[in-house]
Amino acid sequence: MDLEWMAWTTPTAVFFAVIVLLLASMTVAQVLWPTTERKGLLPMPTTRGDRLFLALIAAAFLHLGFVYATDMETFWLPFGLSVALGLLILRFG
Amino acid sequence: MHKLEDNRAWFLVIPVFVLVAFNAVVPLMTVVNYSVQDIFGPGQRAFVGVEWFREMLRDPTVQSAFLRQILFSLLVLAMQIPLGVGVALLLPRSGWKSSLAIILVAIPLLVPFNVVGTIWQVYARPEIGLFGRLINATGIDYNYTASPLAAWVTLLLMDAWHWAPLVILLAFAGLCSIPEPYYQAARIDGASRAAVFRFIELPKLRGVLTIAVLLRFMDSFMIYTEPFVVTGGGPGSSTTFLSIRLVNMAVGQFDLGPAAAFSLMYFLVILLFSYVFYTIMKLNNAR
Repeated sequence: MDLEWMAWTTPTAVFFAVIVLLLASMTVAQVLWPTTERKGLLPMPTTRGDRLFLALIAAAFLHLGFVYATDMETFWLPFGLSVALGLLILRFG
Repeated sequence: MHKLEDNRAWFLVIPVFVLVAFNAVVPLMTVVNYSVQDIFGPGQRAFVGVEWFREMLRDPTVQSAFLRQILFSLLVLAMQIPLGVGVALLLPRSGWKSSLAIILVAIPLLVPFNVVGTIWQVYARPEIGLFGRLINATGIDYNYTASPLAAWVTLLLMDAWHWAPLVILLAFAGLCSIPEPYYQAARIDGASRAAVFRFIELPKLRGVLTIAVLLRFMDSFMIYTEPFVVTGGGPGSSTTFLSIRLVNMAVGQFDLGPAAAFSLMYFLVILLFSYVFYTIMKLNNAR
């Protein structure tokens, strides 16, 4: 099948692969240890999926903010911050 | 009784999943791919990293379109929610009059978007339109093709004409579902009409009003057809909302890369707003 029309690049392929892996591991986690809604640091009760969603959204806006504010072409700083924030939300959110 | 968990039910969801994958997920992935490349034509493209995102985030026309969009949505909510509740309170609750009123109120909802645009385009024209001539006859200089204020007023009135009926219907349904004993209790206590509204009707309407706010916010935030038909984004760029700017970029100038980056950010903002509204709704229902 010719996928040229989708204009794939390595970075975007890696990006989607990570998303798919995250969803797959969330499914496995759900089967092994079903999530329950709980109230943490966030103002509303959340499930594990809610917290992952919030972590991803937060990461997206963090990166956009970084792109807007700086001219840097490397993204280890916002990436590191996003991962740290994501883990914080997943664990304590 | 112990509830059986049978994961085979998930197989029933597969057809929908495949359908959504084809018409939403795959195109969205393509947009993501486009957003990091300069697309010259089929098979001709160059990787540019986050350049389009940076360009779009710093583009003054995009920034002003975003602010305009927020202002428009807020004005739509400020007008249509009170108007919808107010009209719903006036509607008869039973009998043939109620049915007739509901049908009359619902008519604008049945009109296609571009037809609404065309109706108002003609209706509000200062030289031939009924509304436009009427306003000008009162001595107010009203011309939506020349004055940004008039263009905004026209769009807001048109949107209220088209979509306030949705708020009316939702609020009406909410009002009809309030059990009679609440009103009886209010009468026994000698509550005024205002007190009945404040302490019985408004709290009972909270659920439907949240839905109304969510729907009206999302729809007005993504509005395209009506302003495109009526003002085309003008005069100048005074009514160029996000979607109009986006279409100009993608279809008009054929800047697919920047347009893809733009639409992803547009999508993220809508996703965020939807999540916030969804959470508020869930918290409301839990209460």
